[in-house]
Amino acid sequence: MANVAAAEPTHKRSFWAGIGQGRHVLGIAFMVPAAVFLLFFLTYPLGLGVWLGFTDTRIGREGVFIGLENYQSLWGDSLFWLVVFNTLLYTIAASILKFGLGLWLALLLNENLPFKAFFRAVVLLPWVVPTVLSAIAFWWIFDSQYSIISWALIKMGLISAPINFLGDVTNARASVIAANVWRGIPFVAISLLAGLQTISPSLHEAATLDGATNWQRFRYITLPMLSPIIAVVMTFSVLFTFTDFQLIYVLTRGGPLNSTHLMATLSFQRAIPGGSLGEGAAIAVAMIPFLLAAILFSYFGLQRRKWQQGGAD
Amino acid sequence: MATVDIRGVKKAYGSTQVIHGVDVDIRDGEFVVLVGPSGCGKSTLLRMIAGLENISGGEILIGNRVINEMPPKERDIAMVFQNYALYPHMTVADNMGFSLKLRKAPKSEIESRVQRAAEILNLTKLLDRYPRQLSGGQRQRVAMGRAIVRDPQVFLFDEPLSNLDAQLRVQMRTEIKELHQRLKTTTVYVTHDQIEAMTMADKIVVMHDGIVEQIGAPLDLYDRPANQFVAGFIGSPSMNFVRGKVRLGANPMLVTDSGVEVPLPDAQGLSDGQKVVYGLRPEHIRLDPAGVPAQVVVTEPTGSEILVVARLGEGGDAQEITCLFRERLSFSPGEVIRIAPQPGLTHLFDEATGSRL
Repeated sequence: MANVAAAEPTHKRSFWAGIGQGRHVLGIAFMVPAAVFLLFFLTYPLGLGVWLGFTDTRIGREGVFIGLENYQSLWGDSLFWLVVFNTLLYTIAASILKFGLGLWLALLLNENLPFKAFFRAVVLLPWVVPTVLSAIAFWWIFDSQYSIISWALIKMGLISAPINFLGDVTNARASVIAANVWRGIPFVAISLLAGLQTISPSLHEAATLDGATNWQRFRYITLPMLSPIIAVVMTFSVLFTFTDFQLIYVLTRGGPLNSTHLMATLSFQRAIPGGSLGEGAAIAVAMIPFLLAAILFSYFGLQRRKWQQGGAD
Repeated sequence: MATVDIRGVKKAYGSTQVIHGVDVDIRDGEFVVLVGPSGCGKSTLLRMIAGLENISGGEILIGNRVINEMPPKERDIAMVFQNYALYPHMTVADNMGFSLKLRKAPKSEIESRVQRAAEILNLTKLLDRYPRQLSGGQRQRVAMGRAIVRDPQVFLFDEPLSNLDAQLRVQMRTEIKELHQRLKTTTVYVTHDQIEAMTMADKIVVMHDGIVEQIGAPLDLYDRPANQFVAGFIGSPSMNFVRGKVRLGANPMLVTDSGVEVPLPDAQGLSDGQKVVYGLRPEHIRLDPAGVPAQVVVTEPTGSEILVVARLGEGGDAQEITCLFRERLSFSPGEVIRIAPQPGLTHLFDEATGSRL
């Protein structure tokens, strides 16, 4: 009797108790919103893009599946290969500069400067300003007639005629890289600064007593301990730079002579103004192997190094 | 190995002076412990010897050379930090050999010196591990290994045992002392733990609020503390202080505010009515039928001994006194016991200045 009486209410509650306490049901319920969000806003566009790359869809006309035809035509397209070269040059040059200058800035900001908080806030400004806005500012700075740089150099007597920043192939490439570096430094600098601040000052003191010079402390303490953060930051930086669109679109639209055309801008140009959605999508899909390579590089770079394993205290 | 002379050293951060002129002479091979409560300036003084802090005034000499302006790497000192400061990305062997590597010593020499230090510290099996894979005590030993590999003139220890649990602390205390007896390198050791100071030091420097209260051998400090601060700081459980006035006569007495009369062993140089503090270590109190009555408040038996907190006198002016007995005794709270000091083991301090009378 006692057993039956005790068992009955348990049985009645078991359905709701199962939902309330079952980790699986509740867990899935909590994940649904995020999963739906990802499905609609990430997976669907990505899948659609990949699909479009295999079709001859044009604006206003439903396309048919044409297999790898888009890719075959891109393979023989010299402009596409120029754009790939441009993108790699842009990404590599800008990333190296961003890393070097960002690390240098982070090291400076990590010292005991007066107005430290103020400088740290100022450094973030290029990152905070909308890209289009700063691109327009750079457009003025790089203007062929009214450029403030040309004006200043002429006034100083260093040059006699304004520099054709965006009209010359080499100048244009250097200019857009400079604008990208300016915009990307804060991210690198602030992230690395955060990393620097996790390094215990007593390690530097110990190294000083061990006889290390400033350079040796940087080489043997700072750099190795910062390397996990460098790997993360530079992966993100490479991804941002490789897929850059706004700066180029505002500054040069890919010119002159397509010398600053990047894969993202070419993809847009062929797909929207050009109307060939299928071909544009194929160019965008062609970026994936490069991005995947960057991610794999960081995946292996990010693996916890041997010295990071073990107890945490 | 070298002497360390600290002469009139001062330290100020801006207008705040934290060390007010400290003089300490450390002989060659001596183990000196700087001890004091937190904020007394002992760590700052050590960091000034190391060269991690500027010296605001006075001078420090290592081996008769003034090192005030000398960069740390030229001072030929090695330091063990409170948090060990091991390089997490280097193996134990690399940690220990780092200073030699920076000096561009040949690889074979680095290896043999690291090996020797590892043998001394029982670290041979751990040389390939990273600091994260070590226990607290092992990390502590690696930090010491890093110091001894360099064979410096002076070892500096900055509260090296405070991150360890109590049992390990006792063990490492012995190891450090053994290490010193073996290497005979001049050592300056900072701690806030007076037991560490008492057990390890050849010479203790008691610091308080940026000044030196007393310098001396551990037992001298215990037997003849120069003032009330040192008396209360050295010894555990700490010394009892009974405040009262002197009453001279055939049997000179100390009369507490609550009227309890405690016999004074020696009234020489005291004046009638003088306000003094009577210092008595808990272990120097014995039961005596002719002694002063005290009411038991709390008893704390530990097996080997019993700690009794008793109240002298009654009312708001009553003063508590801690007694330590080695005998197996059992008292209940409220019970009145009669206690007396062991002759010759009492201390008297001036109430105003705190200095020994």
